[in-house]
Amino acid sequence: MKQIVIISGKGGTGKTVIAASFAALAEKKVMADCDVDAADLHLLLHPDVKETHQFMGSKKAIINQEKCTQCGKCINVCRFDAISEVRGRKREMLKQVQHDIVEIDTISCEGCGVCKYICPENAITMRENISGEWYISDTKYGALVHAKLGIAEENSGRLVTLVRQNAISVTESASSGMDYIIIDGPPGIGCPVIASLSGADLALIVTEPSLSGIHDMERIIKVTNHFGVKTVVCINKYDLNLKNTKFIEEYCQKSNINLIGKIPFDKIVIEALVNGVPVVEYSENAASKIIKIMWNNIKALCNHR
Amino acid sequence: MIISVASGKGGTGKTTIATNLALSIAPINKKRTLKGSATNSNILFLDCDVEEPNAHIFLKPKFKKTYQVTIPVPEVDKRKCTYCGKCVEVCQYNAIAVVKNNVLIFPELCNGCGGCSLLCPEDAISEIKREIGIIEEGRADAINFIHGKLNIGEVRATPVIRSVKLKVKSENGITIIDVPPGTSCPVIEAVKGSDFCLLVTEPTPFGLNDLILAVEVLRKLGIPFGVIINRSDIGDKKVTEYCKQERIPILMHIPFDREIAVTYSNGIPFVLYKKDWGLKFKNLWLQIEKLIRN
Ligand code: SF4
Ligand code: SF4
Repeated sequence: MKQIVIISGKGGTGKTVIAASFAALAEKKVMADCDVDAADLHLLLHPDVKETHQFMGSKKAIINQEKCTQCGKCINVCRFDAISEVRGRKREMLKQVQHDIVEIDTISCEGCGVCKYICPENAITMRENISGEWYISDTKYGALVHAKLGIAEENSGRLVTLVRQNAISVTESASSGMDYIIIDGPPGIGCPVIASLSGADLALIVTEPSLSGIHDMERIIKVTNHFGVKTVVCINKYDLNLKNTKFIEEYCQKSNINLIGKIPFDKIVIEALVNGVPVVEYSENAASKIIKIMWNNIKALCNHR
Repeated sequence: MIISVASGKGGTGKTTIATNLALSIAPINKKRTLKGSATNSNILFLDCDVEEPNAHIFLKPKFKKTYQVTIPVPEVDKRKCTYCGKCVEVCQYNAIAVVKNNVLIFPELCNGCGGCSLLCPEDAISEIKREIGIIEEGRADAINFIHGKLNIGEVRATPVIRSVKLKVKSENGITIIDVPPGTSCPVIEAVKGSDFCLLVTEPTPFGLNDLILAVEVLRKLGIPFGVIINRSDIGDKKVTEYCKQERIPILMHIPFDREIAVTYSNGIPFVLYKKDWGLKFKNLWLQIEKLIRN
């Protein structure tokens, strides 16, 4: 079983469109949408959710106002500026009194718990926090493991890891053996990206012929190299700037990276998207022709090793 | 005044909007400032997309200063340590382990909370600095430019964003922030404290899905916002319908234009080519000012 992750560094280069097309083309596979904070793959695969699970993120500190004496020790130790003294009401001796209270901003709280340890009054407890959900679903193309990170939550890397682990267990429990896990990765190079690609068998980097696309591709290639993941590249909308496309071709050649496809700009890709269909299923067109060739290249690379 | 430019979905044109807006309101020289707006001679541009910063490609600043961004990580003095395990209990991130007569630290997991050094009963832990990124500061004509860059292989973008944002000046002047894509912690860190946020989207199911998430983030943070629809003539009408229904102002439409796409791909802000757009961005600015005042 091979894990193939589709990433790009820069957002919006066409990762999800390609991932959905691979979902339609590949046999014996499980899909994993690891872009957990702006997941889009479900819009093309239309999953029927079979299992829903809660994702417990980092805990959040809460202050018991009955015990708090406003000593301010927690304010001083918190490195995330999450605790402050605010004007508020406090119930005291059964009558409402205007009082300054110490309060925790749950959005800034990172759950380190230092305040709980330092509080001399034992007024702070750490509360479990549901930071999102993850799902195992059926689609026309096979199983999809996906997730939804709660709004303004952190720990997307941990949720990504959960999605990947569960995609692996789905492949393992499948009655007929699975050949591939196709992972739609997030943009960027940080925590959720690293969680999506570490340990993968192949990374496909989708770039575009713009200076930004090139800049971001170079950075993400350094990341895949850093983690020792075999890397291939494709250029989306290559005909929008042939000079930059040539630069990318030369760059790949110099760096010994396989360029597995150049997809032309085609408005039909957007039409397919609006209709909620992977482009290779939508119609015979120039873009889907190349995507099919790309999938065959990837298959060959996976079986070659 | 702090204006951030965000999107939820990546690649919708955040950096395009942020850079073109900055150029359109920046004075060519001291005498030529935008009518009706007295504060724009002092523009600060912050690229907070520290994982993949791109704005410098368009504004081409000359960098003058570079700073390190570090986070504190613990170091254990083995002579003082009694292997009591208190630090392991305190650490919520599994960044410390005590095995037999040894304390192991995993710096990539450390959140820099300082709990272990504060609570070690033997005072055996001190903190050392570990670099996770850099900040570069420079000037592009009338624009002060600062961006952060996360080092390759590092996971935590937020501390780098936090350091970039320390450069925000509260005195009168304009700060424009280019925000990373998504809806989680790096986005929150970047948009926090803005007076207004421009959400850039495109009229596709992906654009709409991610716009709705971004709107939830901004409502949660209580930041006023408006929408810009990029490549507005491709796709469908659902983004417009959603905005109407939610009473979200649509401040600008940018139709798909091959010429704009090509200038973008060459790293050229399109207001430099298409003068009528300069005027449209100035109007956009006036609209934003008006929305903030109300
Ligand atoms: S808390 Fe201090 S003494 Fe105890 S194991 Fe940790 S470093 Fe050693
Ligand atoms: S500073 Fe905080 S996160 Fe880092 S090792 Fe110590 S307790 Fe763990």
